[in-house]
Amino acid sequence: MAAITLQNLAHSYNPDSGADADYALKEVNHVWEDGKAYALLGPSGCGKTTLLNIISGLLTPTRGQVLFDGQDVTEASTADRNIAQVFQFPVVYDTMTVGENLAFPLRNRGMDKALISERVQRIAEMTGLEADLHKRARGLTTDLKQKISLGRGMVREDVNAILFDEPLTVIDPHLKWELRTQLKSLHQEFGHTMIYVTHDQTEALTFAEKVVVMKDGLVLQIGTPQELFERPAHAFVGYFIGSPGMNFLPVTVEGNSARLKDAAVTLTDDYGTPDGDLRLGIRPEFVRLTRQADGLPVTINHVQDAGRHKFVNATLFDSEINIAVDEGSQIGPDMTRVILDPEKISIFRDDWRLDGRPVDQVGGGAS
Amino acid sequence: MEKTVNQRAWLLVIPVLILVAFSSIIPMMTVVNYSFQDSFGGNEFFWVGLEWYRELLHSERLWDAFGRQLLFSFIILLIEIPLGILVALSMPKKGFAASICLVLMSLPLLIPYNVVGTIWQVFGRADIGLLGRALSDLGISYNYSQNAFDAWATVIMMDVWHWTSLVALLSYAGLRSIPSAYYQAAKIDQAGRWSVFRHIELPKMRGVLMIAILLRFMDSFMIYTEPFVLTGGGPGNATTFLSIDLVKMALGQFDLGPAAAFSLMYFLVILLISYVFYTVMITADKNEANR
Amino acid sequence: MSDKPAKRKRRSGSRLSILVMIAYLAFLLVPIYWLVIMSFKSNAEILGMFTLFPENFTLDNYRTIFGDPSWYMGYVNSFIYVSLNTVISLLVALPAAYAFSRFRFFGDNHLFFWLLTNRMAPPAVFALPFFQLYSSVSLFDTHIAVALAHCLFNVPLAVWILEGFMRGVPREIDETAFIDGYGFTRFFTRIFIPMIAPGIGVTAFFCFMFSWVELLLSRTLTSVEAKPITAIMTRTVSASGLDWGVLAAAGVLTIIPGAIVIYFVRNHIAKGFALGRV
Repeated sequence: MAAITLQNLAHSYNPDSGADADYALKEVNHVWEDGKAYALLGPSGCGKTTLLNIISGLLTPTRGQVLFDGQDVTEASTADRNIAQVFQFPVVYDTMTVGENLAFPLRNRGMDKALISERVQRIAEMTGLEADLHKRARGLTTDLKQKISLGRGMVREDVNAILFDEPLTVIDPHLKWELRTQLKSLHQEFGHTMIYVTHDQTEALTFAEKVVVMKDGLVLQIGTPQELFERPAHAFVGYFIGSPGMNFLPVTVEGNSARLKDAAVTLTDDYGTPDGDLRLGIRPEFVRLTRQADGLPVTINHVQDAGRHKFVNATLFDSEINIAVDEGSQIGPDMTRVILDPEKISIFRDDWRLDGRPVDQVGGGAS
Repeated sequence: MEKTVNQRAWLLVIPVLILVAFSSIIPMMTVVNYSFQDSFGGNEFFWVGLEWYRELLHSERLWDAFGRQLLFSFIILLIEIPLGILVALSMPKKGFAASICLVLMSLPLLIPYNVVGTIWQVFGRADIGLLGRALSDLGISYNYSQNAFDAWATVIMMDVWHWTSLVALLSYAGLRSIPSAYYQAAKIDQAGRWSVFRHIELPKMRGVLMIAILLRFMDSFMIYTEPFVLTGGGPGNATTFLSIDLVKMALGQFDLGPAAAFSLMYFLVILLISYVFYTVMITADKNEANR
Repeated sequence: MSDKPAKRKRRSGSRLSILVMIAYLAFLLVPIYWLVIMSFKSNAEILGMFTLFPENFTLDNYRTIFGDPSWYMGYVNSFIYVSLNTVISLLVALPAAYAFSRFRFFGDNHLFFWLLTNRMAPPAVFALPFFQLYSSVSLFDTHIAVALAHCLFNVPLAVWILEGFMRGVPREIDETAFIDGYGFTRFFTRIFIPMIAPGIGVTAFFCFMFSWVELLLSRTLTSVEAKPITAIMTRTVSASGLDWGVLAAAGVLTIIPGAIVIYFVRNHIAKGFALGRV
């Protein structure tokens, strides 16, 4: 097991052109701490698989270094790095039985036979493959095959890290949850460093202790699920995480007051007098629908029931806004105002979050 | 993908049926008809029943040709399949080099069969051919028109030259369809080159190799033009394969009856071997999947 | 995603690969090279000296061919029946392949296997009955006779390859088109055929190639009017007392069309080989 450090890492599939846009992965510096579970989250084509393949050594980065416990492994082969990786689609050796598949990485490393079978037995128990150990791998269902892939990734005890590249894409929804729980308990038991690539926020947020959000080859934010939810560093994080995502309203800001058209909202922080493209971000969960006259005026478009919440879609000064309403509460026809929770408001300049200075006297609500 | 049942699809198949029936069923019926009759020139025919079949089954000449044919096809498969796989594994994976290799490799496949024969006829001659000249300069006596062994060696070399690329291209196509994740997983599992071949590449090439073996078997079993041009079936009868024998009989001696019976038996043998091979491969495939 | 080769390990492997490739390509090309240079030599040089390059470079052999209609008409004849065959094969194979790729119908699998068996029939078996059949319908020594005879092995192949390509086109395309009010013919010609254009190209290539290289049937079914170049070559060898230079030149000229065709479809070849009912 090892801590993995990325130093000034960048990668382009077409390095000769030199154009910035050609970089599938823009410069990143980050330390993946030993024994933690990370998720790499972002839409398709954002560079997460590139980053993963650089860590595993399947790709050599155009610039920068990869360090395992402080040792430079940038040029080292995949085998020398001693990592395990599970791919999006099941990779199974058709000619072997399930047991032989699980034993394959160990056999190739010349491990003792008795130890191998003990280890294989253990992994089979954990992944629920015990009954199938002596079956041919090729006749099995996709679910089972992907379990074999996961098992093969997990079978070596001494790996520096286990990398997962959207491993549950091909799995049935009801099994996804089960497998993810298994992965989590495996992580708790063995304490491997795990990096889990996904474009599914639920998967990322439930699996990982820390989530890395990427877009267009750029790492936007690294944080706990809660940090991503409450203090997104970039408008995209706000928009991508949560369902529906964060609301954005164009504003002008002066000190601790944000101006939306002819209404003003008092903020908890002092932002000075920023220029650029300014937007106020707030999650639907922190917008309250009310009759109070001091709220901001909205016109309700439609209401959508999403189980625990109802989501109200409304228009506020030409901008669309989503409002979460608890299942129990009623929406009256006279509720045409909203109040934004000032604690939970973020201000973005050119899509990046602005950090203000806290103001001591906290104002109440909007005015 | 689930197909829907639709009997009207027959309408779409009818043109093919008519065309192939015209060029297959009618001639085949003629052959069947002749095979039971004898003719003495002109248009007089006599019913002889199974006489020709009986005669052919006891014909040493036919059995010799059959034996030669089997041996030839066996040797061809033994050389061309492994060599084709080796070449496919060695081919560049992409880019300009891959295109060039593909074009150059396909070249022999596009040469008319008798030109293939001509090329090797010229190439192997000791007086004007590079190969023949080189061998005789090395002190090896080599003459494909006199020596049976040399004739065989030349015919086999010619066939390998002509058709190995087909096996290689099929295998190459099979290899290209393997997702890169398999190779990456093998690297991570520290699999050796042999393991990658044995456990990833070979199983994934199974389908195309089946086609390659079937095609190569059928075509080598029906080989006619190339050895005909090269050796004319000689020296003696050393390279008289079944087709050469048949054409000699049908067009050369105009023995319609025996030639027709020969044709049918020939066709049935190929059909039978292909069918058995096909069925065995399919069943083996299923059994293995269900084990 | 493309991967840069992980350094050390692959390099030793690829060096062996390059050696194998070079050896194999040399094996393929040397005999062809020998034929090509021979076509530029005079008969005296071919028989009298042993040279790796033509000492007295001459185009006489090619002049002989292009100056004599009985030679060059052979090429014209071959082109006519090969093109005819390619067009006929595609025309009948396209609807049939569509039927096999989309529908189940009575006897479909048997029919498919029966089609393939025609490819397993030795051309020698058909030489005699073809001769008689086409003579009896007065098609002997016509281009269409050879074109039809070659359908015997090209149509099953065309159906096979096209079916593979068509299976790759999702059925939703068909359904959407029908819902949009397309009739079958219009859908097939306007939408479906353009979608499988590469497949048709590959199929045409195979039909062209197998018809072009075949000798036995085309020789049996022709005598003067439609005699293909391949047959003229064999006759000339025996009749004119081994004019090696002209023979080589004629051979080179038969290779050129194939080489041109393959250049155009080079990017689809591997794909075409991979498909089919496996």
